[in-house]
Amino acid sequence: MKIAVCIKQVPTREWQPRLNDTRTWIRDQDASFEMNEPDAYALEESLRLKEKHGGEVVVCSAGPARVAQVIREALARGADRAIHVEDEALASADAFVTSGALAAAMKDEQFDLVLTGLQSDDQGFAQVGVVLAERLGRPHATIIMEVQADGSNLRVKRELEGGWFQWVAMPMPAVLTIQSGINQLRYATLKGIMAAKKKEIRKVVPSAAVAPTQKIVSLYVPEKGKKTQIIGGSAAEAAKELVRKLRDEARVIS
Amino acid sequence: MILVIAEQRDGKLNRATWETIAAAQQLAAATSGPITVVVPGAGVQTVAKELAAAEVKEVVTVENPALEPYTPDGFTAALQAAITELAATHVLLPHTYQTRDFAPKLAARMDRALLTDVTGIRSAGADTAFVRPMFQGKLTADVVPQGPAPHFVTFQIGAYRADQAAKGASPAPMRALTVAVDAAAIREKPEPPFQQAKQAVDLSQAERIVSVGRGIKEQANIALAQKLAEALGAEIAASRPICDAGWLPMERQVGSSGQTVAPKLYLALGISGAIQHLVGMKGASTIVAINKDPDAPIFEVADYGIVGDLFEIVPAIIEAVKQ
Repeated sequence: MKIAVCIKQVPTREWQPRLNDTRTWIRDQDASFEMNEPDAYALEESLRLKEKHGGEVVVCSAGPARVAQVIREALARGADRAIHVEDEALASADAFVTSGALAAAMKDEQFDLVLTGLQSDDQGFAQVGVVLAERLGRPHATIIMEVQADGSNLRVKRELEGGWFQWVAMPMPAVLTIQSGINQLRYATLKGIMAAKKKEIRKVVPSAAVAPTQKIVSLYVPEKGKKTQIIGGSAAEAAKELVRKLRDEARVIS
Repeated sequence: MILVIAEQRDGKLNRATWETIAAAQQLAAATSGPITVVVPGAGVQTVAKELAAAEVKEVVTVENPALEPYTPDGFTAALQAAITELAATHVLLPHTYQTRDFAPKLAARMDRALLTDVTGIRSAGADTAFVRPMFQGKLTADVVPQGPAPHFVTFQIGAYRADQAAKGASPAPMRALTVAVDAAAIREKPEPPFQQAKQAVDLSQAERIVSVGRGIKEQANIALAQKLAEALGAEIAASRPICDAGWLPMERQVGSSGQTVAPKLYLALGISGAIQHLVGMKGASTIVAINKDPDAPIFEVADYGIVGDLFEIVPAIIEAVKQ
């Protein structure tokens, strides 16, 4: 089975946002980056499918040069090779631009299965996987919690809201967006890290640029909806004051 | 023409549709466009009648046997035809899991902008900007869709209130729109929905909830949160990553993929407050957040906050409650 897994590099969870001068994007140079968490689960699922059915796992990522870091990490965890669509402008690209860049680079590979995370922790569009399916002319399913693949048949468990699920069957090739928690992630071994250095990363220049469909006119720290009373002091003082407020002010504990 | 795409399952309306109608009415006031509610599916007359109570121009049913059960291929074909026929300027949808499954495909096929998870509408000069969270809610963006109409917009659940939607003096007119859907071309074959396990714990009835997030660091520390829950007479719950890791059972998960709760007291321990979590708990009457990061989005919805190390603060709270 020839599997592609699309991963994105996003700012770390600990990153404190800083804006650029025009307040339309973040200061990229101040941020530290990591693999988008749902994509890490998609990678893990790809590796498990390969272990079960054979074949290869190809990492695909569209982004600036810095993205090489998460590509190397994916190769170290066990992916076989990578395609990097490299362009500085892809750092802040919308979902149509990203999917267009990925689709053009992936088209000739004839993947049996394309996996990606259900959304990214940066812009959070929740669109790239589905738009990619449309651009590649493949059926798709989203927010997947289990994958059963044999030969050309695919049956996947789709998460619905409020604790409901549904199995969906479809022919391969297909595109799936993977939900976090579908499996337990593995870490890269030292052997994997060494092996990754020899693996191929094919760099691709985006061909015909897709026109952006979204323009950020203003980026800012969210306005507070509620007035939060921040309780200061030592741990003991703050705890005592909180309990007093919950008893006397909010009256939610006895 | 502003279109609202209604969502229903088995002839039962998804309430988030009313929230989207409320958003459409705000957009209509800004752009002076009429609103049409489109109800796709099979056997949707009851739902359409219910929605006709809204102050809208009309309710259009798009019925076809191939739309039941829901599939992305079926919905994309039917809605592309309906949207084109109705000459829409905007197509608005609730940001549900079903919308997330087909709206990107529909927008891509029509090559039109799709703005997702929107929480508000504001004017930006001559343009209308849509407000959406970015970077896990750490930042907010005003975004203007580019390219020709129609523009697709999905609204975050809870961003607008269903009871904000204005009702008409008399029911809106209803009509049926016939679209062709080639059932043989639908590639996805869905099976009936099911619940994994009967939910043994009904967190929606809990008066007090102590909820843990990534800040709890390791499984062994869950016991500390449990002690606090006992001291407060609270149920224990968690954000998604904790349940994903198996530290607490899935049935204890609060958020868009878990339970929606509205207790008197919600105490969030080491929860940063991703949108997916906030959606499930922001209806709580009193929210307390304890987190080491003063910029964590959870503080935006909290009534009381303590910035600091939960491993120092929680034992102190347990002590203070006992006094």
